Amino acid sequence: MGRRRKESPTAGEVEEERPPYFFGAASTSMVRILAVSLFALLVRVLVALGPYSGRRRPPMYGDYEAQRHWMEITIHTPPSEWYRNTSSNDLAYWGLDYPPLTAYQSYVHGRLFLQPFVPDSVALFLSRGFESSKSKLLMRWTVLSSDLLVFFPAALCFVFIYFGRRIRRGRGDGSVTHEWLLAMILLNPCLILIDHGHFQYNCISLGFMIGAVAAILSGRELLGSFLFCLSLNHKQMSAYYAPAFFAHLLGKCLRRHNPILSVMKLAIVVLATFVLMWWPYLYSLDAAREVLSRLAPFERGIYEDYVANFWCSTSTLIKWKMRFTVKSLKLFSLCATVISFLPSTVQQIKSPSNHGFLHALLNSSFSFYLFSYQVHEKSILLPLIPASLLALEEPTAFGWLTYHALFSMFPLLRRDGLTLQYGALLSLFGLIYRLPIEVHGRRRPRIPWKLQTVMALSSFSSALLHLVYLIVRPPRRYPFLFEALIMALCFAQFVILAIYSNIRQWTLRDASPGFPSEKKKI
Amino acid sequence: MADLAWFWCAAACVKVLLAPAYRSTDFEVHRHWLALTSSLPISQWYVDASSPWTLDYPPLFAYFEFLLSIPAAIVDPAIVDIRNLGYEAESVVLFQRLSVVFADLSLLVGAGLIARRLSGGKRRLVYALILWSPALIIVDHVHFQYNGLLLGVLLLSLALLTEGRDLEGGLAFAVLICSKHLFAIAAPVYFVYLLRHYCSGRGIWRDLGRFLKMGAVVGVVAAVSFGPFLYHGQMKQVFYRLFPFGRGLCHAYWAPNFWVFYIILDKFMAFFLRKFGYPVEIPSASFTGGLVGSSSPFAVLPQVTPAVSLVLVIVGMSPCLVRVWKKPEPRHVVRWVSYAYTCGFIFGWHVHEKASLHFVIPLAVIAADSLEDAGHYFLLATGDLLLFDVPLLFGPEEYPVKLLLLLIHSIIVLSSLSPLFSGKVSQEDVPTTTTAAVGPAGMWYLAGFAAVEVWGQLLHPLLLGDRLPFLPLMLVSTYCAFGMVYSWTWQLRRILAAG
Repeated sequence: MGRRRKESPTAGEVEEERPPYFFGAASTSMVRILAVSLFALLVRVLVALGPYSGRRRPPMYGDYEAQRHWMEITIHTPPSEWYRNTSSNDLAYWGLDYPPLTAYQSYVHGRLFLQPFVPDSVALFLSRGFESSKSKLLMRWTVLSSDLLVFFPAALCFVFIYFGRRIRRGRGDGSVTHEWLLAMILLNPCLILIDHGHFQYNCISLGFMIGAVAAILSGRELLGSFLFCLSLNHKQMSAYYAPAFFAHLLGKCLRRHNPILSVMKLAIVVLATFVLMWWPYLYSLDAAREVLSRLAPFERGIYEDYVANFWCSTSTLIKWKMRFTVKSLKLFSLCATVISFLPSTVQQIKSPSNHGFLHALLNSSFSFYLFSYQVHEKSILLPLIPASLLALEEPTAFGWLTYHALFSMFPLLRRDGLTLQYGALLSLFGLIYRLPIEVHGRRRPRIPWKLQTVMALSSFSSALLHLVYLIVRPPRRYPFLFEALIMALCFAQFVILAIYSNIRQWTLRDASPGFPSEKKKI
Repeated sequence: MADLAWFWCAAACVKVLLAPAYRSTDFEVHRHWLALTSSLPISQWYVDASSPWTLDYPPLFAYFEFLLSIPAAIVDPAIVDIRNLGYEAESVVLFQRLSVVFADLSLLVGAGLIARRLSGGKRRLVYALILWSPALIIVDHVHFQYNGLLLGVLLLSLALLTEGRDLEGGLAFAVLICSKHLFAIAAPVYFVYLLRHYCSGRGIWRDLGRFLKMGAVVGVVAAVSFGPFLYHGQMKQVFYRLFPFGRGLCHAYWAPNFWVFYIILDKFMAFFLRKFGYPVEIPSASFTGGLVGSSSPFAVLPQVTPAVSLVLVIVGMSPCLVRVWKKPEPRHVVRWVSYAYTCGFIFGWHVHEKASLHFVIPLAVIAADSLEDAGHYFLLATGDLLLFDVPLLFGPEEYPVKLLLLLIHSIIVLSSLSPLFSGKVSQEDVPTTTTAAVGPAGMWYLAGFAAVEVWGQLLHPLLLGDRLPFLPLMLVSTYCAFGMVYSWTWQLRRILAAG
């Protein structure tokens, strides 16, 4: 069931000219938003019917088993032992490697969802590799409920703030711009497939991040900082956004009457949040260090599986892992990352703007994705979310990024048995993305034909690569040939998009039409 | 065309996602038919008994399964192995699920043709109601059936008739009957309509010529389908397989038709008569079991036989047939045929809930006619979806799917009422227009649905546990039966009132 648009027979409109998907009465705007949200939930429930990562694959299984194991550990052991190697907690078997908020969340989910109904699924030691249809249903509902409680409200807040008063006033012209934006955020195929297919809780940290963005766009910076700290404390990968948040907030503070006071207020909020989250580990430096060492496992190498970033893609030319030590690689990646996000942060400190902030988020997360240490394929979600927030401003770039982000996750999803869901969600996304919507009162800008041909060629080759990867067996000498090709292709597109976004951030006018205007206060 | 394709593709994505969902025994039934038609010669199709799932659809559907078995054998030869009962590997699940999705292209054609003459907004409403019908999606893509394929042919036939192309419409209907004989309930309407519209008014010789032409067309279709079996002398066996009258008046889960009331009345009367001292025997037969000699499952009321039920169906259809005879206008055909299927549902023998799709889908076309029609359709479709409950949709994993499909579908119908039927963009909100369309009684009835559902899903297991397991189903059947009977009378009224 998709979203249907019915045409409103307003006087003087020639029916056939208008694209066929417009609604009538403006007052049903809330109803349309409800319909979009329900549909987004339906798609999640449908994907959840399918397999999860590591299903029926002893001894280690996959991320699903990891999450289940964390519920088991957090229920049965005290917090001080969660990150420590003890007799009850064997860190070699899916030890916790996310910050404390994930651990608290696992505890709540274990206690509320799993233990009351299927206690065997979280029994200490005995539940390793536990798989049943009932426990699968409950585990899926932990993700669905988290999505509903965190991600959906955050996305709705963002859309309302983005459009400001225009939603409440309602529009009689029947355009569906804000529903489309909401759909682009909620129907993100990568997020749905990873969270509700593969099995993870990215919706929580990304939801907090979107909430933080929404808060900052509406001028509530303290709330925004708090929410971002929550996001950071749920998954340390949210640190990919830290430079953007830092730069934008610093830039804003510097423009106030009393910059030092503003900075102090933010610092206090951040500190208080961290203290709150890390409370069980603050009694000694060792305890804190224990947690930190789990969060940054440098021994695992600069990249693990095939991922579409700089280090993995150039490894065919320069064998990084063989030529350099871990220490020097850490230095290289640090320098590369910092250099690549520096222009964007400088721009925001110099002249912070809401539109620029979104681009800064995109650029900062791209920098980390492309150059950082130990990046996973799933981390492409991090640049993808700010891109979806920018869907109306940069529709072509956003669509292009989504397609290639999804493509870069194809090998992972195929291993999970989610190929069917991949195809369905890609098609669904494409169908809704292609709805002709009006952006800021005019239609989507036409792409120059030269660019169109290049994009068409690239799409054709990637489609071909899909088929080849599915059907053809790779040569014995290079068993991962196709993965490498896919990653190389996606890497090229990501670099182009990152450069484009950086240029856009610098060439933006201060207040674009349609964006919530900067609040002139303090 | 573009929006038709868009609606179909969006629905196809959702249907594909349903591939891993629960499958009923109908899945194995169709897999067995693939194997049957592929491995055995045509003379064995209606004779073979290597599986309890014997072929009980007419030959054209068997030919369809035969055609489908050719790519099936290429994908995975084990699918069409007749000894491979209960084969459930990923290949067969994927193949069969995708086959239903592609068979729904027939629905695309049918919906496209029948809504061709409508204006933009109404056309899209019809597309949404047909291509995104939650009941159809659940029955076809979860439970597993090929209703979309057949309903597409029905819509095609209706579209041809409304456009005045009677010969083609008759041909399509003949194909339909020879694919699933259950659709033959509307045959009286077709016969009378075609007789009065196609074969009359042009002079006796031309009329006769046309009558013969139509007869020839139907004859050819029948010959193609039943010819081989006539040749092998198996017509009786085919008839026996197609019409298993050994089954009882009601399916295991009572369809919400007239017989529900008849049964309940019988039970009440028996109860009260016993209280007052009359000797009333407890019947040995059951409603779901077969006819055993002369014993009746009814304690007090007279027994019902298939003949009685058929007579009642015809009697129910007669006002409509009279109307068709008097004024055979193409624009009312859809209403008449829907009414015929409704009568068949209300009074029929061993009716399945799935048979409700036969009249709910054509009524979706009518929904675009007026506010009242849309409101009535909404009530009907909601109640219909509620029916497809525990028996058809096992598993707590699939329940949210049904609920969400229902909610989204309701929003679609209700929020298009105002712009489509108020002339221009109106500021009326959804609750007001809904009440106007459905009526205050309808609103209460809808609230009742929610109550019945909450009882069945939540309160009954909580309060009564495993006791009285049939109670929630009986409740759903009875509650929906009220709605179905109301729909039947409402349709009749509309038909008689129409110009």
